[in-house]
Amino acid sequence: MSEKFDVIVVGAGPAGTSCAYTAAKNGLKVLLIERGEFPGAKNVMGGILYRKQMEEIIPEFWKEAPLERPVVEQRFWFMDKESMVTTSYKGLEWAQEPYNNFTVLRAKFDKWFADKAVEQGALLINETVVTECIVEDEKVVGVRTDRPDGEIYADVVVLADGVNSLLAKKLGFHKEWKPEEVALTVMEVMKMPKGSINERFNVEDNQGVSVEIFGESTKGALGTAFLYTNKDSINIGVGTTLSGMIKKKMKPHQLLEELKSHPMIKPYLEGAETLEYLAHLIPEGGYNSIPKLVGDGVMVIGDAAQLVNAIHREGSNMAMASGKMAAETILKAKELGEFTERNLDSYRTDLYDSFIGKDLKKYKDAAHTFEEHPVYFEQYVPLMNRAMSTMFTVDGTAKWDKQKKIMNSFTAGRGKLGVAKDLYRAWRVVK
Amino acid sequence: MNILVCIKQVPDTKIIKINPKTNTLDRSSAPAILNPYDAHAVQEAVRLKEVHGGKVTVLSMGPPQAKVAIKKCVEIGADEGYLISDRRFAGADTLATSYALYKAIQKLMDEQGIDLVLCGKHAIDGDTGQVGPGIARRMEIPPLTNVIKVEEVDLKEKRMKVRRKIEDGYELIQSELPCLLTVEKEINDVAYSPLPNMIKAARYNPIVWTVDDLDDVDIKQLGLKGSPTIVGKMWPPEKSAGAEMIDGDVKKQAKALVEHMLEKRELFEVKGGEKV
Repeated sequence: MSEKFDVIVVGAGPAGTSCAYTAAKNGLKVLLIERGEFPGAKNVMGGILYRKQMEEIIPEFWKEAPLERPVVEQRFWFMDKESMVTTSYKGLEWAQEPYNNFTVLRAKFDKWFADKAVEQGALLINETVVTECIVEDEKVVGVRTDRPDGEIYADVVVLADGVNSLLAKKLGFHKEWKPEEVALTVMEVMKMPKGSINERFNVEDNQGVSVEIFGESTKGALGTAFLYTNKDSINIGVGTTLSGMIKKKMKPHQLLEELKSHPMIKPYLEGAETLEYLAHLIPEGGYNSIPKLVGDGVMVIGDAAQLVNAIHREGSNMAMASGKMAAETILKAKELGEFTERNLDSYRTDLYDSFIGKDLKKYKDAAHTFEEHPVYFEQYVPLMNRAMSTMFTVDGTAKWDKQKKIMNSFTAGRGKLGVAKDLYRAWRVVK
Repeated sequence: MNILVCIKQVPDTKIIKINPKTNTLDRSSAPAILNPYDAHAVQEAVRLKEVHGGKVTVLSMGPPQAKVAIKKCVEIGADEGYLISDRRFAGADTLATSYALYKAIQKLMDEQGIDLVLCGKHAIDGDTGQVGPGIARRMEIPPLTNVIKVEEVDLKEKRMKVRRKIEDGYELIQSELPCLLTVEKEINDVAYSPLPNMIKAARYNPIVWTVDDLDDVDIKQLGLKGSPTIVGKMWPPEKSAGAEMIDGDVKKQAKALVEHMLEKRELFEVKGGEKV
């Protein structure tokens, strides 16, 4: 029989690497298997890394990790065809240690993070695809890879193989995701001189901005667009649920092109040159889509476990926290001497008791509701824009009359009761 | 059969950018990879080892990060790897490089004996193909360049037969052992490495030697000091422009192409050997 490890982690993204790092640091023999040429080569996200959960794995990581800019301002744009209503928060407390969150380029960051796990003693092998879990007596005992002599064994296999998680699917932990359970996001990394970024976004060298864009950016479909500042590039992208895209017959690349040429966005991109084009699925099924997380000798973490809070665009932080929790559970199971579903189950309960379970539960109906009732993105965003335009256009109309006109415009289409219902519904799903 | 393979870590020149001001390679613009020809050399060494037994050792000169290229060789199946790395080696041309590698080879010869040395045809960053023959000259063994096939190895009689690629075919050559081969890509396909090799490589830490680990080194022959090469001028090759797409069905395309070629060769107006 070939070599046996304590833990095999499949996938070197934030979840897998956090798990490998924590397990190796605590003395376990860890094999981390990545299908890309290097960790990060195939990994995609909008680009926001949260400080808190990363810090819990590597304290003061910002002192050496390849980060782009700490985000000091979060902007929200509610966009119509030729206008937008904006709101934002900018705080210089976010420009200082310990910061709040950062923009990152995943190809750089993931590689660095995986190297840190290797420093802790994890073995990393790249360019290797795990094709299935080896199951003996209904227990996962290892993995089979696409390489010759490609079987390898471990006490526990941790599946961090990303959104599609074919491995968990093969084990029967989840079915094929439905189009409304995943979002398709396309993005570009565009080169832009540091000076232009600083000027256009009104920041200094080591300050970044995140912009979330709603409404016209997705043609009213459930989703958002984003614009994040890196050191000398920007990430711009747009994503909607797959079902939204199908329903509206939108092509993702077209959506991105239209976003880039939108009059509210275009001036920001002047002279920028596309470096990379990326596309990825995001698990957005939320609480109700979380698959079976634990079996005999196996655990599921990160995107593979659908751990994404779409409303707050949090995912990598949940991935990291879940990876850490899985590793801690394995350590406990090792003391118990058995890696049965029962002994590994505290991972599941810890996860559900943590901010991950709580947040996902809080918003469990949000995506579903917004998908069922497209009125929020389709109608209220343009209404907001028209309201602002009416209010601030000086045309000799009394403000009181304007307010009345605005109120009427809101209720004209849906009726007072309809609006009240909409508000209540929205409040209920995010309360 | 102890086989030594000399390898080099190079920037991936398929995607590298050229600094327009200095005309030098912008090494930060491309990832460092194992020189592709060297991968074939390692693969051939592994194949020969499987047939004749023995050991495959790789040797490289470069900065500490070149260890990654050596680990790649372990993935292919090399048993061990040595990196000679020292500031005093820096700035070496092919002459100084072959000297430094030769000094390391001498030490390996003393320690374990070497029956055959393999190199890639050339490194894709310099394209000179001089280091292999340079090593052979210093070792006083025959250099067989552009090898596309190892026909036969006779360890008892200490000789081998190889095919060398030449312009219009190949030649079959017999040489005494040890000798040095530089190999073409045609010699083999680099196999998808088995998982145990991947794990071994992930764990493997190449042995690093500095100048002080080598014996009887003439410092004057190392690095920039030992490099007589002077680069007079560098410029990127002119990009060919004005490509023309030929449309239409196959017949029409062929006709257009032939016409175009004849025109290019100024043969268009030539009929029966005479210009009309």
